[in-house]
Amino acid sequence: MVPLDHVIGLSAILFTIGVIGVLTRRNLIVMLMSIELMLNAVNLAFVGFNRLWPGEPGAIAMDGQIFVLMVIAVAAAEVAVGLGIVISLFRNRSSVNVEDMSLLRW
Amino acid sequence: MTAQAFLFYAFAVLAVISALGMVMNVRNTVAGAMSLVITMVALAGIYVLLEAHLVAVIQIMVYGGAIVVLFLFVVMLLNLRSDDFPPRRQRLMKLAGVAIGVFALSTTFRLFGGLPEPPLLPEGYGGYREVGLALYTDYLLLVEMISLLLTAAIVGALILAQRRIG
Repeated sequence: MVPLDHVIGLSAILFTIGVIGVLTRRNLIVMLMSIELMLNAVNLAFVGFNRLWPGEPGAIAMDGQIFVLMVIAVAAAEVAVGLGIVISLFRNRSSVNVEDMSLLRW
Repeated sequence: MTAQAFLFYAFAVLAVISALGMVMNVRNTVAGAMSLVITMVALAGIYVLLEAHLVAVIQIMVYGGAIVVLFLFVVMLLNLRSDDFPPRRQRLMKLAGVAIGVFALSTTFRLFGGLPEPPLLPEGYGGYREVGLALYTDYLLLVEMISLLLTAAIVGALILAQRRIG
């Protein structure tokens, strides 16, 4: 039997690593990958909690896993658009350093 | 310790190490993307241990097969070798990251020991049939909205990444 509080703990650790990646790295692509990592941590929590409340025979509750599928779909859309933005920024600035993209910053 | 728990801890250590490898690796973005693949596959293994078989398969197909390949494709397209940028404003961000991390970990670790034992699973949990039934009956509207979102994302990505003519 998989210990569920450790699953949630792993989810928190992965989420924290993702937050630290977004805040400390300045490579746009690595920042996007860290966001993916955070989404995955949340997915892990969803799957773990769904394992905890699986419903009953005849009324199986799959809600958590459905949300995971939705999060995966949204993540795919986000990566497609995000990488499109990265490519078009790179074309204009020849850089993926976020410090170089300060046009809209105060 | 049962075999399942042992496998869970093995996958968990693998996931954390490769996630750290992705975040800490400043020399090589391609290696970072490869670390991300390892994290995704380890998480898929944990999903299998949690009896979420369909989600595990989709995790490997979409994350390992599509999303990370997209990242690799862009890294190679832009021909990035190293992102060893000179440090600037680093300390503040590192402090913020550590603070948020401590907060997230402390709030989560209060759960420890507080979760009940997972119950026995009903027949068919996590399989294609049950997930598909829920997806196309209770969550039909959600599926339609996701299809709209994906269409919008395709159009957006094409418009953003196209080369301006003239």
